[in-house]
Amino acid sequence: MRITVIDYKAGNLTSVLKTLRHLGAETVVTDGDLSLVESAERIVLPGVGHFAATQRLDATGLTGAIGAAVERGVPFLGICVGMQWLYAGSTEAPEQPGLGIFPESCTRFAESAEKVPHVGWNSLDVRNGSRLLRGVEPGEYVYFTHSYKGPVTADTAAVTQYIEPFAAAVERGNVMGVQFHPEKSGEAGLKILRNFLAWDAKATAC
Amino acid sequence: MLTKRIIACLDVHAGRVVKGVQFVDLVDAGDPATQAARHAREGADEIVLLDITATHEGRQTLLDTVRRTARELFVPFCVGGGIKSARDAEQVFEAGADKVSINSAALADPALISAIGASFGAQAVVVAIDARRDPQAADPVREAQVFVHGGRKPVGRRVVEWAREAEQRGAGEILLTSMDADGTRAGFDCDLTAAVSEAVSIPVIASGGAGTVAHFADVFARGRADAALAASIFHFGVSTSRSLKEELAQVGVPVRLPC
Repeated sequence: MRITVIDYKAGNLTSVLKTLRHLGAETVVTDGDLSLVESAERIVLPGVGHFAATQRLDATGLTGAIGAAVERGVPFLGICVGMQWLYAGSTEAPEQPGLGIFPESCTRFAESAEKVPHVGWNSLDVRNGSRLLRGVEPGEYVYFTHSYKGPVTADTAAVTQYIEPFAAAVERGNVMGVQFHPEKSGEAGLKILRNFLAWDAKATAC
Repeated sequence: MLTKRIIACLDVHAGRVVKGVQFVDLVDAGDPATQAARHAREGADEIVLLDITATHEGRQTLLDTVRRTARELFVPFCVGGGIKSARDAEQVFEAGADKVSINSAALADPALISAIGASFGAQAVVVAIDARRDPQAADPVREAQVFVHGGRKPVGRRVVEWAREAEQRGAGEILLTSMDADGTRAGFDCDLTAAVSEAVSIPVIASGGAGTVAHFADVFARGRADAALAASIFHFGVSTSRSLKEELAQVGVPVRLPC
């Protein structure tokens, strides 16, 4: 299985690449070579940091290529900012649009007594029918580090509570996103990445 | 529910985990990659590898150690010791670290915090602060002083103010070590930890003084710590993250209990 990993110069890809290889995947990285997206069997969009960094995806033409690949049914996984990019946008960079697969926008955690960013291990409340999160035990912990998050909607695959309930994972057909870092979430994270690697377009949701 | 993190810290010298008091009388405590994997398996939420060699010749050995340790580690991995420039940090990230911890280099050049954050994200920058209470001051906790060189040299800055500045400059977390408590096994400095934790919005990792499970419960409650560093209590199998967390759960501290 060959995974095309998108590099938009936001943070370090080492952890994601290392983990995918550990699970037996072959990885190729593109920061602008669209042919690697056009021929992709699977696409992973990692990312940490600021939503504005996704501007580079537009500038390099990767946005269009990824959009077309997703249309063709290529399984896609966005991680952290990579998940947020699947929405229409984020209040972190209001002038920068996302891919818009999900019509809502990401917003910052509300002011409260709790700290922002949300950093550490928090539990997942998995919705029925998620293929990405198949086999994840109720209340399983995964590692988060973020200040912005997506709303809970019909596309939400798992909900996490911090200040308010938010979308820890999102899933519609071949398009998947996780707000947490599966590559840093121990056995639970490895299980989720294995599910992504094993994702079969022809299989039906359980 | 967001849990309190237990972070296992490995002091590394010349490619081996070492254990000693104040960095003297070092005892070999094993291979870093093996030890890190064991801690992760036993439930540590994160691993910190602290290079105490910090010599120029030792850098390559450290990078090899980081690479070997990161290979089979799937929890957050932070590396500290001897990182003096954005280039040093970049090499450590390329070797597989998720975060770097910087201390005296950030004091010497605070712009280093934002320089590393700009390329690798704020979440990747941990600013470590070595602190001592100021017994002469009207408020020894709020006026606690920042020290360098293993707690021997004051730099003339207040801990709370430096923590705030580090946050403003883009630090993702603060690793606060009480040099008064360090090595005593008499408990964390909860008042100092609380003062820093209340002054910033980023997570504060408490370090120094852990001796019992009650000390951890105390620093999470009274000290308002988001995470706590455990070093020597884990060595030679004295206590594992799992047993520490099981006992913390019993007294109502939210922790991740791996199956």
